[in-house]
Amino acid sequence: MNFKMMGRFIAQIITIEAVFMLPALGISLFGGEENAAIGFGYSIAIILLLAAVLYALCRKAGQIFGAREGLVCVALGWVCLSILGSLPFVISGEIPDFVDALFETTSGFTTTGASILRDVEALPDGLLYWRSFSHWLGGMGVLVFLLAIAPAGGDEKGFTMHLLRAESPGPEVGKLVPKMRQTALILYVIYVVLTILNVIFLLCGGMSFLEALCTAFGTAGTGGFGIKNDSIASYSPYIQWVTTVFMFIFGINFSCFYLLLMRRFRAVFRDEELRLYIGLAVGCVVLITLNILHGMDGAYETLEETVRHAAFQVSSIMTTTGFCTTDFDLWPAFSKGLLMMLMVVGACAGSTGGGMKCARVLLLFKNLRRNIRQVLNPRTVQVIRNNGKVVDEKVIANTTAYLAAYVVIIVVSYLAISLDGFSIGTNLSAVLACFNNIGPGMEAVGPTCNFADYSVWSKLVLSLCMLAGRLEIFPILALFSRSTWKRR
Amino acid sequence: MNIIVAGAGKTGLTLARQLATEGHNITLIDTDNRVLESAVERYDTMAMCGNAASKAVLMQAGVEEAELVIAATDADEVNLLCCMTAHGINPKLHTIARIRSPQYADQVMTMPEVFPLSLTVNPEKRAAVEIERLLKFPGFLQRDTFAKGQVAIVELRIDPESKLCNVSLRDMGSIIKCRVLVCAVLRGGTAVAPSGNFVLQSGDRIFVTAPTADLATLLRSLGIITRRVRKVLICGGGRVSYYLAKLLESDKIEVKLLDKDHNRCVELAELLPDTTVVYGDCSIQHILDDQGLQTVDAMCSLTGMDDTNMLISMYAQSTGVSQVITKLSRGKNALAGSLDLGSVICPKELCSNDIVRYVRAMQNQTGAAISVHSIADGQAEAVEFLVDSSAKYRDTPLKQLKLKNNVLIASITHGTQTHIPNGESMFTEGDTVVVVTSGRGILKQINDIFA
Repeated sequence: MNFKMMGRFIAQIITIEAVFMLPALGISLFGGEENAAIGFGYSIAIILLLAAVLYALCRKAGQIFGAREGLVCVALGWVCLSILGSLPFVISGEIPDFVDALFETTSGFTTTGASILRDVEALPDGLLYWRSFSHWLGGMGVLVFLLAIAPAGGDEKGFTMHLLRAESPGPEVGKLVPKMRQTALILYVIYVVLTILNVIFLLCGGMSFLEALCTAFGTAGTGGFGIKNDSIASYSPYIQWVTTVFMFIFGINFSCFYLLLMRRFRAVFRDEELRLYIGLAVGCVVLITLNILHGMDGAYETLEETVRHAAFQVSSIMTTTGFCTTDFDLWPAFSKGLLMMLMVVGACAGSTGGGMKCARVLLLFKNLRRNIRQVLNPRTVQVIRNNGKVVDEKVIANTTAYLAAYVVIIVVSYLAISLDGFSIGTNLSAVLACFNNIGPGMEAVGPTCNFADYSVWSKLVLSLCMLAGRLEIFPILALFSRSTWKRR
Repeated sequence: MNIIVAGAGKTGLTLARQLATEGHNITLIDTDNRVLESAVERYDTMAMCGNAASKAVLMQAGVEEAELVIAATDADEVNLLCCMTAHGINPKLHTIARIRSPQYADQVMTMPEVFPLSLTVNPEKRAAVEIERLLKFPGFLQRDTFAKGQVAIVELRIDPESKLCNVSLRDMGSIIKCRVLVCAVLRGGTAVAPSGNFVLQSGDRIFVTAPTADLATLLRSLGIITRRVRKVLICGGGRVSYYLAKLLESDKIEVKLLDKDHNRCVELAELLPDTTVVYGDCSIQHILDDQGLQTVDAMCSLTGMDDTNMLISMYAQSTGVSQVITKLSRGKNALAGSLDLGSVICPKELCSNDIVRYVRAMQNQTGAAISVHSIADGQAEAVEFLVDSSAKYRDTPLKQLKLKNNVLIASITHGTQTHIPNGESMFTEGDTVVVVTSGRGILKQINDIFA
């Protein structure tokens, strides 16, 4: 195990975190929020000190860096990120309980958006900004950011592939261009440009700059921390539509945007995952609209309002953002069932969204179809294709293993938090909402409620669920595997 | 520069690593997905699975935006077809193909309108040429020449009875009676940049920069007898052996070639009229002794197995053969460096060095490196620059310059005069400067050497 190299990476990760706290500190100072400013000041100092100690301890690192180091490095990096990111909340005294602050920050970096705050609006601007910014950084991934800014050169840089694989979501992670650094840069440039566009659209809707920035961060990272107690509900229909569209955009695989830039429109148009993603979203919007019109007559005044709420909620849940414009917990059972299904399916691979990912669902169904055919005719030989290309059997095996691990973790976490005595619907939706990085669930953790009532134990379990969901299980599982820590 | 490397074999991967560290965008094509996966995990490259000679695969690999295609699969036909197809899609493309079979060499040379190749490489032939060069100047383990042959970096091994053993570099000048510079020392597998107080020990391998004219003095003063090689024993009848025997025949050197495959022996006997071809397993000691191993001036172990080559060479060294050359196809490693193998030749490294040199020339920037040689088992690089008007600090004494800390100016050639620099030396426009560095791929232009 190359601890020194991992130490260096973690030191770099937390240095980036400290640097990104500076704007938050600025906002606090500018707004005259004394407690928040002190919180950020001390946090930055503590983080930089830790980073310096780590740098000092990890000089002269070896060159061997394999898949194991990649997984553990990403997992540990994210754990450190979450723990240290919660410091401003604790030191400023706004969220005095450490576990609460940890839950909130983990929820931020994993782009979950589940909150323990009963009154969001009471939080100072600096902390609100930091909370939303954590979504933005966590959405594309902090290691990808590191790879984009890390100096080029050096010998045999290929090992960074392990980092990209461990942090980027999806069954098959590849580079867009031969160089890792350029790949990471392209991803971040697309991300930044889309975020700026989102901010501009929100500003046109009459939002204040800070509000627009925070909302855009929440949308871009598919996070879902609102800065109002009722999330997006009190904003104008224009802003709700803008957010619907942008949430949907950020749930698309970023390599599609790259292909668009390369003017390869056919490849994007033919992309099977994108087709499934759009098809599912449109289908669910239609079904939910019909269901509401039929089963909940008179709930909303106009047809436009019904469609708007249906589209917003579908887009928000499917991309695992977790903003809401209405209390969907009051919707008919069929609509809620559809939303629960979308929670599991999630967004596209290679996007900032969470969940199982459309690509995996597609592969699983294709594999199922193949297995059924093979049962009927045991002599058939079949390969699975995706966009016309043959998918490697290893990827399929990985996907089925992912499904198994997914189910096991959900069942175990569900059991673990059931100790708190909430209803089955609450517990199950809480686990699903955290694991798939959505945020609000159903019933007692529904869109109008929060996670504050859960015990310390449950909050820790759910925090771990969020990390496991964001990093797609294997890095976190690697932390608990004995063979990870064995000597090579 | 966007470069497509077809074939992720030994040569392909060496090239991918070298060119990727120099900052090029590399796309590898191979038919074996597993090889590609491990390549992507090790080097910063992109991979494409498929037949490199097919248009669809080449298009997917981005041949339209590429500037160079290097075809290094194990089949000559695939390499040729790959380059022809790629050139057909993108006529501005440079193409390099590995052509091993001598049957094709001629048509490739004489029909350039059919075969649009910018460069062909033949690793085995290249290795044979390199071995012949070493045999002509016996005494050195490795010899790289610069500045149109005026400067050489030679590798010497310090044996316990050597005159240089336990001598500090400062006192070296009085023993060898000419000005040379020790630019790197390999001790225990790692390269060291020595200072004046550095004391040489037995087992060290030193890399010495010297004007070519002084090489004879250097050898004489070290007591290494430089006798012309008259009799050579070649073990193994592969392609390198064939090319080497052919070269040595034309040099009027007596060649004896051993191979354990009877059919191959007959074939070689037909191809090589002046060579004594012997049928026998050269890994058996008494066969080597029977064939007069003790009486030859040089022995080359060139079988297809690296381990067999190492054993034969070690045995030859123990019987006192004055020059031993070992072929290691998988490249030099730390273990081979610590063993007494004589000169080590690695065909894939030679050929990838040639290609890297071509790529550097293609960039054709002002002040770009003319040639690059890797020394000290790849842990250091000797880079040759032509000083032109873009170079900073011309006509300034070296003692006033601040160089990067792993960079050493090894020689300055002014016209026909080569000298080993001291603090008062300076270079002017038109000079050739050889620089040794421990970093790989960091020196692209002469101005990169300054801190």
